[in-house]
Amino acid sequence: MTIPPEIRSVLATDCGSTTTKAILIEKVGDTYRQTFRGEAPTTVEAPFEDVTRGVLNAAMEVQELSGRTLVNGEGIVTPANEDGTEGVDIYISTSSAGGGLQLVVGGVVRSMTAESAMRAALGAGAIVMDAFATNDSRKPHEQIERIRQLRPDMILLAGGIDGGTVKHVVALAEMVAAARPRTRLGGSFNLPVIFAGNKEVRPQIQELLGDISDLEAVDNVRPVMEQEDLGPARDKIHDLFMDHVMAQAPGYNKLMEWTDTPIMPTPAAVGLIMQTIARRRGINVAGVDIGGATTDVFSVFDGRFNRTVSANLGMSYSVSNVLAEAGLGAILRWVPFDIDEKLLRNRIGNKMIRPTTIPQTLEELKIEQAIAREALRLAFVQHKEFAVELRGVQQERTIADAFRQTGAGATLVKMMKLDLIVGSGGVLSHAPRRVQSMRMMIDAFEPEGVTELAVDSIFMMPHLGVLSSVNEEAATQVFERDCIIYLGTCVAPVGDLGKLPPEGKPALDVKLRKPDGTSVERILNTDRLFLVEATRDEEVEAVVTPLIRSLDLGEGPGKPLRRKLRGGVVGITFDTRGRTIRVPTEPADRVPRVQDWVAAMGEYPEGGA
Amino acid sequence: MAAIFTPGLRVSPRDIVLKDRRLPLEGEVLVEVGARVGATDVVARTDLPGKIFPVNVANQLGVDPGRLKEFMLKGVGDSVERDELIAKTPGIFGLFVSEANAVTAGTIESISTVTGQVILQAHPIPVEVDAYIDGTVVEVIPGEGCLVQAAASLVQGIFGLGGEVRGDLKMVAMDRTSVLIESDITPDLQDLIIVGGAHIGLGALKRAVEVGVAGIVTGGFDYDDIKELLGYEVGVAITGGEELGLTLVVTEGFGNIDMAPATFELLRSKEGARASINGATQIRAGVIRPEVIVTFDEDGPSERHVPPEPEGIALGDTVRGIRAPYFGRIGKVSGLPVDLTTMESETRVRILEVEFDDGSVVSMPRANVESIEE
Repeated sequence: MTIPPEIRSVLATDCGSTTTKAILIEKVGDTYRQTFRGEAPTTVEAPFEDVTRGVLNAAMEVQELSGRTLVNGEGIVTPANEDGTEGVDIYISTSSAGGGLQLVVGGVVRSMTAESAMRAALGAGAIVMDAFATNDSRKPHEQIERIRQLRPDMILLAGGIDGGTVKHVVALAEMVAAARPRTRLGGSFNLPVIFAGNKEVRPQIQELLGDISDLEAVDNVRPVMEQEDLGPARDKIHDLFMDHVMAQAPGYNKLMEWTDTPIMPTPAAVGLIMQTIARRRGINVAGVDIGGATTDVFSVFDGRFNRTVSANLGMSYSVSNVLAEAGLGAILRWVPFDIDEKLLRNRIGNKMIRPTTIPQTLEELKIEQAIAREALRLAFVQHKEFAVELRGVQQERTIADAFRQTGAGATLVKMMKLDLIVGSGGVLSHAPRRVQSMRMMIDAFEPEGVTELAVDSIFMMPHLGVLSSVNEEAATQVFERDCIIYLGTCVAPVGDLGKLPPEGKPALDVKLRKPDGTSVERILNTDRLFLVEATRDEEVEAVVTPLIRSLDLGEGPGKPLRRKLRGGVVGITFDTRGRTIRVPTEPADRVPRVQDWVAAMGEYPEGGA
Repeated sequence: MAAIFTPGLRVSPRDIVLKDRRLPLEGEVLVEVGARVGATDVVARTDLPGKIFPVNVANQLGVDPGRLKEFMLKGVGDSVERDELIAKTPGIFGLFVSEANAVTAGTIESISTVTGQVILQAHPIPVEVDAYIDGTVVEVIPGEGCLVQAAASLVQGIFGLGGEVRGDLKMVAMDRTSVLIESDITPDLQDLIIVGGAHIGLGALKRAVEVGVAGIVTGGFDYDDIKELLGYEVGVAITGGEELGLTLVVTEGFGNIDMAPATFELLRSKEGARASINGATQIRAGVIRPEVIVTFDEDGPSERHVPPEPEGIALGDTVRGIRAPYFGRIGKVSGLPVDLTTMESETRVRILEVEFDDGSVVSMPRANVESIEE
């Protein structure tokens, strides 16, 4: 694996569960652009059982489109020749095929070291199958039984600060030893176990688990109560992912020889590009990837990265679970027409058992997008609950703090400070109208103040994540120019709207001036959406004044917002529906209200519901 | 001829069925290649490790964990009976004696001088795997199980609940559009696998459990009723382990949906025959469909049958609509246009044209049909 000093062309693949996606990135003049893409079914499972076949097929498609020879008899051609007609300078790849990377984690206290272990595993791109702790609500024998049933790719064991408890950490390891867990992919090798707990307990852990597992010790994820050190555990997870998990998966040994950097778990790569963008632009970012079975949420706030996986919130395989968790009422509040509840439940059930179907009618599309709002909302709620200040930290509190609901355990995701939300996944990236994606994201995430919204056009973030580890400049350029599509900006005040008449009352005085000199002035009532078309290149001078004293746009209650706003393919949306968004529960009230919002945004063909 | 690949459900009067009969853990395979087996014959067996019970004996005795071994009456590997004394302190002059007893019959797995925990493992639990269908063993996987193959009629469903059961098939529905109600379920249906039409209601299903019906095959079923039946919602379609007293195989989907004619007629032609059914469903990778299998009373091929690659959908094939507005409707493919078409939802997709029995022709996204493979 040698990276040339100057990279002019890159082939990147992402081997997903069903599709392998290849993109070609080339330096065009002074900038890097994504120029061609191809895809092919992933070939990890029978009858092919060789991931490289899918990779070659996807690369072949890129080859045919670009005219550049990328594939020879032995694999991907690297490096490129002088005139760029053959090969690429580097080949890189991510993978989530075969269910991705699945971990079980353990710690002494659930909300402290177990949570740190979970954060390390999630940050490494893993799915956490279960988390164990000595203060678990389950009895030890129930936990052991559960560990036995699960067949993870590896176990990450934390527990105790350095020099702290020994007994509880050993008890945890005794539990793992008693369960004698087996690996998911079978085979003769031992299950990898990473110990990232109290370093003084390493000898006892070695004695308990050394013979029955492939034990590796790394620095403590929580060396002291006030600090997390997740890097060493994350790096070790990646090493073991390559050495054990990937090496066991069909064809990956060959793929590992082809790539110029280690193969990265797909979500880890997405996390990397999010962090790169947040750092380079100096902003706070949240990202979401909604799939058929799971929804991943990422956030970077003040440089702190968090990722969560909502394993059973998705748009097809687990769509019924969205119904179960959100409840029918929560889904119905986004549906702009009345519908028989039993019929709706059956329709959602039928989507679960026929997951690949797509909405043919407008009514089906509206239902699907209503469900998506709830899946996204629930996943984001889970993320906010997980992305918190470290718990267990002693704090000096003043009298003033006693009246504030912050401190240890408070969420890091401060909506008023969020600058950009990036959505990805079929329901967002492929919505027939971009405005539909924008409204789904506004309704689900309820951005506060001024927030930009964007979608990943063709799910390129994993590729760019790996690329950022090699050439950050190239990854950033492609991200901005070819990967994300800016939908626009949402401007939404927070504050008490009180009890209002159905027609509402004046909430915002909106004054906009576009670069071409045209202006927009509007008094916006409460519970309304208002869309102003503006492109990404236009900087719109805005003065937005709250007309209700409690409303806050980020400048303080009642204070006007004066700043430049940028649009996108949709525009600038003003949202006075409150936080939490107020939706009437009775169909007779709900339907016209939701229809108003749909019409205001021009979401659907007939302009209404 | 133009063809597209669309996964479908098999409804086959005559098929070669291959069933994988494997143990959950390594064990002993009791059959050899070529053996004729009956559905209830045991083909493999093993012992699952017993449950693990950690007990903090040091705490119970009130001693320092580091000295625990001094007070243990049993060592690692020793067998114990439930309530048997495993540790004891001498006390002072015979007074203040502390004792610890085994919480289960089994073996002492470990004694920890750090935590004071003694780990007990209960006796192994024997597990047997039967052949599930009458057939021939065509392959043995040493230590794991075998493959049993048979010539059979096969109906694959789309969703099911409950595991493997056997019973004689009994048509209860008059026709494929019938709805089974409580009064249709009579005590003489005990141990039978009953076939309905378009729907079965919750009342009839509960009644079937009461009278001891072995299994139900129905076109439709309400999603709501799952929660009523199981006490929880099935959020992800991975089923088979439910214990509801019978096995349910749904052939069309959720709602009131006429059973496909080919499915209903095939099941009717098998009335009275012994069937093996399984409700186990897994929609994600490694798809598992619920099924009804009726084996023929004859020797099937003794070599392992390799099913042909699915050919995909071609003009003239029978397909079922699997999404509104044509959900559950069955017709024949009359056109496979290549260009993308904009649907009412403004989604641009590849479509196919389907002609229904009444002569009407409609367009549907290719993703919204399922072939009925025969």
